[in-house]
Amino acid sequence: MKADNDELLNEFSAEKIAELDGIIAKYQGKPGGLIPVLEEAQVALEFLPVSVQKRIAKGLNLPLSRVYGVVTFYSFFTMTPRGRHTVRVCLGTACYVRGGKALADAIEKNFGVKKGETTPDRKFTYESVRCLGACGLGPVVVVDNDVHGRVKPGKVKDILNAYN
Amino acid sequence: MSLITVKVNNINVEVEPGATIFAAAQKAGFTIPTLCAWFEIGHTPGACRVCLVEVEGQRNLIASCVYPVTEGMVIHTNTGRVRTARRMVVELLLADHPQECNYCIRNGNCELQRVAEQVGVKEVRFERTYFPETGGIDSSSPSLVRDNRKCINCHRCVTVCEQVQTVSVLTPAWRGGDVKVVPAFDMPLIESNCIACGQCIMACPVGAIYEKDDVDAVWKELQNPSKHVVVQEAPAIRAALGEEFGLPPGSLVTGKMIAALRKLGFDKVFDTNFAADLTIIEEGNELLKRVKEGGKLPMITSCSPGWIKFCEHFYPDLLDHLSTCKSPQQMFGAMAKTYYAQTAGIDPKDIVVVSIMPCTAKKFEAQRPEMNSSGYRDVDYVLTTRELARMIKEGGIDFLNLADEAHDAPMGEYTGAGTIFGATGGVMEAALRTVYAVVTGENLPNLNIIPVRGLEGVKEATLKVGPLGDVSVAIAHGLGNARKIMDLIREGKANYAFIEVMCCPGGCIAGGGEPIPTTNEIRTLRSAALYKDDGGVQKYRQSHENPSITKIYDVFLKEPLGHKSHELLHTHYLARGTDAPHPLPKRPEGHKSHELLHGHVVTRGSELVHQACEGAEKDPLSPEEKR
Repeated sequence: MKADNDELLNEFSAEKIAELDGIIAKYQGKPGGLIPVLEEAQVALEFLPVSVQKRIAKGLNLPLSRVYGVVTFYSFFTMTPRGRHTVRVCLGTACYVRGGKALADAIEKNFGVKKGETTPDRKFTYESVRCLGACGLGPVVVVDNDVHGRVKPGKVKDILNAYN
Repeated sequence: MSLITVKVNNINVEVEPGATIFAAAQKAGFTIPTLCAWFEIGHTPGACRVCLVEVEGQRNLIASCVYPVTEGMVIHTNTGRVRTARRMVVELLLADHPQECNYCIRNGNCELQRVAEQVGVKEVRFERTYFPETGGIDSSSPSLVRDNRKCINCHRCVTVCEQVQTVSVLTPAWRGGDVKVVPAFDMPLIESNCIACGQCIMACPVGAIYEKDDVDAVWKELQNPSKHVVVQEAPAIRAALGEEFGLPPGSLVTGKMIAALRKLGFDKVFDTNFAADLTIIEEGNELLKRVKEGGKLPMITSCSPGWIKFCEHFYPDLLDHLSTCKSPQQMFGAMAKTYYAQTAGIDPKDIVVVSIMPCTAKKFEAQRPEMNSSGYRDVDYVLTTRELARMIKEGGIDFLNLADEAHDAPMGEYTGAGTIFGATGGVMEAALRTVYAVVTGENLPNLNIIPVRGLEGVKEATLKVGPLGDVSVAIAHGLGNARKIMDLIREGKANYAFIEVMCCPGGCIAGGGEPIPTTNEIRTLRSAALYKDDGGVQKYRQSHENPSITKIYDVFLKEPLGHKSHELLHTHYLARGTDAPHPLPKRPEGHKSHELLHGHVVTRGSELVHQACEGAEKDPLSPEEKR
């Protein structure tokens, strides 16, 4: 128990842990409580590392494997910290043939991340998507809710550096 | 409710409401191939798509294993469309499966092979060319190996781990094409709560989970002239080994088994049943001591290492209810390296103890660090029934034509009480026979204690034992059932003196090392073989009557629970704890067919055992009539 707490304290402040416990307590003993707990925990803590999943499993009296199964099933949940901004490069057919792959390569090279990873300064989480329905603007890069169309590989760095 | 009439391939059949298309087709005489379904444990996810059928009025093909029939349904199980779809499904599964069949552990006993043949796959057009040699193989456990490359995602192992054994180590993780079955966080099995029972092996249709193979290590010892290799065989082996050589389930092959072991080169062929008798003397006396001196009750058996590890993980607060007796396997090892070494004049360092067990958890148990009270490992190697069968085949031994042979002295003699350890309820029955005799000074009027036998999930019985009065006992097999009793103890509501728990549903005869397949019908037949050994073959039926046991106390151990016993035959447990002490999972109401989990009567199974026992009593070979 103490070891588990230390594991949590490595990642989160005591207040955040108390918040997590509050969320767990709210759903304790209620059937179907796992997904709402994970959802609220992720909003509060930004990500769901092993220590958090262990706490939730214990709190809801569920097998650890069940918690892990649900966390990995839904793409909304993440076990690694996310960046402040999410960068999505479209690799759908239209964007791909108009240079989407070159944009992806440019981001990977300039920021040292691979698909699904977050930059060490936690500024960006980089993902790829298959078609955003904006093929006329291809190739497309979406940062949070901003859509950038007809992006040239040389411009990617400038676009992303405008965010902080 | 009235029956529902459906038409399967133009044949009218009547089935119960709620029955699946699969069941209706079966009733009409058509077998539909399946890969993921395992009806006995209620696992029908409809995931593999092999059981597709055509239903008139439905646009798409339907997974028959899970789809309930409706009145007037018109079903076709054998149309061109169905056959094409099934073949395609199996072809796609094969395309994503390593083509290692020739040397796969399940070669010849693989459901994917069988189904591929059944649906007539003639070519695989999409073959994946590259599979990593070792990627996805977890061999961290001393008992099991998981090879995710071969997994076909039927998820039977997940259901058996979560719903039947309530250990819940395995889960499907990720989604879509990335789905794989893993422990939480993809941790190695050895770090998880896995209790090594191996029921996932019994569930796996392919070679994705199997026992850790120790055959080569044993060959090496057998060929080392400076080693004296002795072997012990658990009771369940003799009731199942024949199946590996094509004999029908329930064939008792004790004599052939001994002959084969001798031909393999073992120096002495002893028997775990001898140690089972020894266990009864120690455990029976421990029970009496606890009853008389106000020790911790109810006392629970400790023969089943999967059960022990389960208890250490999930009920660490109740460990003092466990008997301190080592399991028969470990008692045998400790005796072999002390008593036998002494009588035979062999240095214990040159003695190698090999166990043949129906169990994968026994491999884990043999490696527990505390199991070395003689100064040497109690047991050096553990082979499962399946591994022994492979050795016999590799050794070129014509098993079916072997003449029966007998055990060696001094650790090969056993009673019927020892042999029934292999079936659920057997330890209880054996213990009650001896406890009754010790307390009252006379034998039980009827040595067959029928209420403790059979496949009912939780069994209870009360026996009047002379001055002790009524002794209440309970028996559970399968850890989901054990959990029910353990929860009662936790709540202080378990008014039993003695409880027997066996990790695997049916007991050791259905352990994770036994021949595949193992079904309820086969469980019943294997148990019946053991009760036949007890009632009809063995001269003695009570552990304390075993002359070799009497002798071992006379010349070596001196007294039950004495100093030497404590040193060699008793052990202690480790509170391991778990990250999530989850309760028994709730299954949806109305889910039928899962008798083992719900612990209600598998009436047919129970009756069959009883019938077999009655048969054994009337057997002309039975001891009464021989005399």
